[in-house]
Amino acid sequence: MPYISNTNEERAKILAELGLNSIDELFKDIPSELMSSSLNIPKGKSELEVRHFVKELASKNATDLICFLGGGFYDHFVPAAVGAITSRSEFYTAYTPYQAEVSQGILQSIYEYQSAISLLTEMDVTNASLYDGGTAICEAVMMAVRITRRKKIIIDEAVSPIYRKILHSYAANLDFESIDVPVGKDGRADRKTIESELDNNTACLVLQNPNFFGCVDDVTDLADLAHKSGSLVILSTYPISLGILKSPGEMNVDIATGEGQSLGLGLCFGGPYLGLMATRSKYVRQMPGRIVGKTVDKNGNRGFVLTLQTREQHIRREKATSNICSNEALCALAALVYLTLVGKHGLTELAELCNAKTCYARKRLLEIPGIKQKFKSPIFNEFILELPIDAEDVVSKLMHKKIMAGLPLGHYYKNMKNCMLVAFSEKRTKKEIDFFVESLGKNL
Amino acid sequence: MKLIFEKSISGKRGVRFPECDVPCTCNIPNELKRKNYAELPEVSELDTVRHFTRLSKHNMGVDTNFYPLGSCTMKYNPKICEEVVLYKGLGDLHPLIPQLPDGNKFTQGALQVLYETSQFLSEITGMAEFTMQPLAGAHGELTGTMMIAAYHASRGQKRKKVIIPDSSHGTNPASAAIAGFEVVSVPSNADGVMDINEFEKVLDKETAAVMLTCPNTLGLFNPQIKKIADRTHEAGGLMYYDGANLNAILGKLKPGDVGFDIVHVNLHKTFGTPHGGGGPGAGPVGVKENLVEFLPISRVVKKTDETYALEYNYPSSIGYIAPFYGNFGVILKAYVYILLVGKEGLARIAENSVLNANYIMKKLKPYYHLPYMRTCMHEFVISAVKQKKNGVRAIDIAKRLLDFGFHAPTVYFPLIVEEAIMIEPTETESKQTLDKFIDIMIKIAKEADKNPEIIKTAPHNLGISRLDELKAVRESNLRWTK
Repeated sequence: MPYISNTNEERAKILAELGLNSIDELFKDIPSELMSSSLNIPKGKSELEVRHFVKELASKNATDLICFLGGGFYDHFVPAAVGAITSRSEFYTAYTPYQAEVSQGILQSIYEYQSAISLLTEMDVTNASLYDGGTAICEAVMMAVRITRRKKIIIDEAVSPIYRKILHSYAANLDFESIDVPVGKDGRADRKTIESELDNNTACLVLQNPNFFGCVDDVTDLADLAHKSGSLVILSTYPISLGILKSPGEMNVDIATGEGQSLGLGLCFGGPYLGLMATRSKYVRQMPGRIVGKTVDKNGNRGFVLTLQTREQHIRREKATSNICSNEALCALAALVYLTLVGKHGLTELAELCNAKTCYARKRLLEIPGIKQKFKSPIFNEFILELPIDAEDVVSKLMHKKIMAGLPLGHYYKNMKNCMLVAFSEKRTKKEIDFFVESLGKNL
Repeated sequence: MKLIFEKSISGKRGVRFPECDVPCTCNIPNELKRKNYAELPEVSELDTVRHFTRLSKHNMGVDTNFYPLGSCTMKYNPKICEEVVLYKGLGDLHPLIPQLPDGNKFTQGALQVLYETSQFLSEITGMAEFTMQPLAGAHGELTGTMMIAAYHASRGQKRKKVIIPDSSHGTNPASAAIAGFEVVSVPSNADGVMDINEFEKVLDKETAAVMLTCPNTLGLFNPQIKKIADRTHEAGGLMYYDGANLNAILGKLKPGDVGFDIVHVNLHKTFGTPHGGGGPGAGPVGVKENLVEFLPISRVVKKTDETYALEYNYPSSIGYIAPFYGNFGVILKAYVYILLVGKEGLARIAENSVLNANYIMKKLKPYYHLPYMRTCMHEFVISAVKQKKNGVRAIDIAKRLLDFGFHAPTVYFPLIVEEAIMIEPTETESKQTLDKFIDIMIKIAKEADKNPEIIKTAPHNLGISRLDELKAVRESNLRWTK
């Protein structure tokens, strides 16, 4: 096997140094009756054979569908320079930067990532990353429970149902209760119901912007309401939209979370992704996960270290703010390189481009007789089409035209059987959108 | 080195987007727009690439240096694994496709990867079934502890106690606590393993589970492990296996055969997927037959017609713990790794990792205090107590090693050994590398006698000297501002 460097002779030499006759003697502490007698795993293969085999597996998956499927996970362009950096093995074969002096590369990059996300969200501080946008909401909720010492969670139903399901499992298995609040007629958070649910047992209100239905909102008024009852506001965001949209900081939320996949990461069948989390300075000691801080060395040179570690499991054990250890550092690096390449003005241009394509597609799609937009609120890159027939049938037919038309919503929302969530990124051309409109029209 | 923000020059661009080929309209009213630009850097592509390439040169990785970081299994990662995740149909596959009508048809290759990896892991660990969803080791622990709670609840019991040895990883008590359990710590005995008498004192009908690594974080195998499992089962509790140290027993011993009921595996440790500077990892969880009903949803199944599908209808499941099917990219790398090393390779991994660890331990014994005089498994712990007499501590030795081009071992863990230095060479390192490392460790031990200052002030050769961690906390600066 090429991944073991020692030859048989070298192994024999080491055994001789140890005064042993065979490697088996090293395993003498394991009672012999416990040793495995069989292992049903195939014989090892060469790299060439494995490559062919995996290529064949890849070809059994969709490879040439035009993607209008979003739902929080988007088909964005990734500049080649992102991969060029993340494939540098000085980064990807390193461990967590516990030895700061030989980890300045990853530590400085995390500090820069924390800065970039703080600027994007206009929040005070950002951690070094969490697993994904969904578990980031769970961590934010647990953080709010710790800060407020309350246990009731109010969740807007237009927070991604994919994330709400995770939150429901956490709530059922951990120590808090959650209440889902249906949206108002315009597809946005229902102010009245939320106001009536907010009370002095409420730890936090969980919102998403743009929400799962694609509707854009300003939740400043909800943040004010929540704060009046001593509750926190958690807002899940879509980072590309922050090129145009009002930031979580501007809306006075307490914890911003998000899925960072759109920042230079491939869709990769669901992961690895990147959990974003940013908060206000006053809550930093309740924040989960690693944080990098600036400092100096003995000669006064600037350097970076892991800091505020007394929050973390390797020090506080059962009293830690979270059990998280491994995070998504390499994905955070990808996001930082992406945001660097895109830059201050590029991000706004990109957001405008996505929005323009979406507006064009909406205009064209709504020209098809029988199709309506479910909610009339402003949209960013995604919206719900209400069809005259079952959305599943439409999606199924268009798959055979090599179009991934969108996400049928009946699975998540019982009254939305005829609804389909469609998304548009900068990658979709006018030609592709026109083809989609034409094919959809023919298949109703 | 300057921050990327400090290199920003107004007007520079790192990427160009296609021209807008549709009318450039915007439907978003001004009151929903942000007031100010996010002050992201303005730099060219070259500026970007040069900045991050230079940063990478201020970083040690397994590819550049020996990295004997105990408990982290910093083995070499085969390059083919990095290649396959970029293949079309894998790296770009949308995770929601299986939820579309007939969606499974368009993801058969990916579902096969998930299914077969879970089968491999079940076979290697002696479990009935695996979920591939947990996104890291600690996430696996949380999933496991949630299942422990669900198991007892299904039997009408609300057991509150999880027993954990004092040498365990910090994530074990942290995960158990988050899942609502009270953590009971059991001391280790003179042989470095959980004291069975102390264990039996705290084991009772309130015990939900016992969480263990095996071999433990001292690199020692507990010969009493079967007895611990039997006692736990007699008391109605479950045995949880923290797979951090699975490398030592691959192909030799299946945790399921010892009596473990739940196992999490760190793919980024044992199965050759790189650590990424702190992540992403993956922490799949396997269970015995009596716990299968509690596994998270969705689950990948193989149908009688040899196709793969996702199933959701499991009423006793703990529910969803991740958005999709786990860190697929990491799982794919582990899958490829298992295909490459195969059945015979797995046992050779364990043998060589244990051989390499014992070799270093034997060679260092005359120079450093060895708290447990036993054959070790894949790692071992020495103590710097001898050197401490000259004012040289474990952290100083760690920093001095950096001067010689070695990454430091894990220090001050496990917590039960004073001035602990935990060394795990892994199977991929050669005798030549081990000999160089041994020579330097001996040199440092000698320096500790003759010239302790040079160790206490290390590192000297890195362009950056020891960093002030206290200042980082005191004058907390966690981001750049304009």
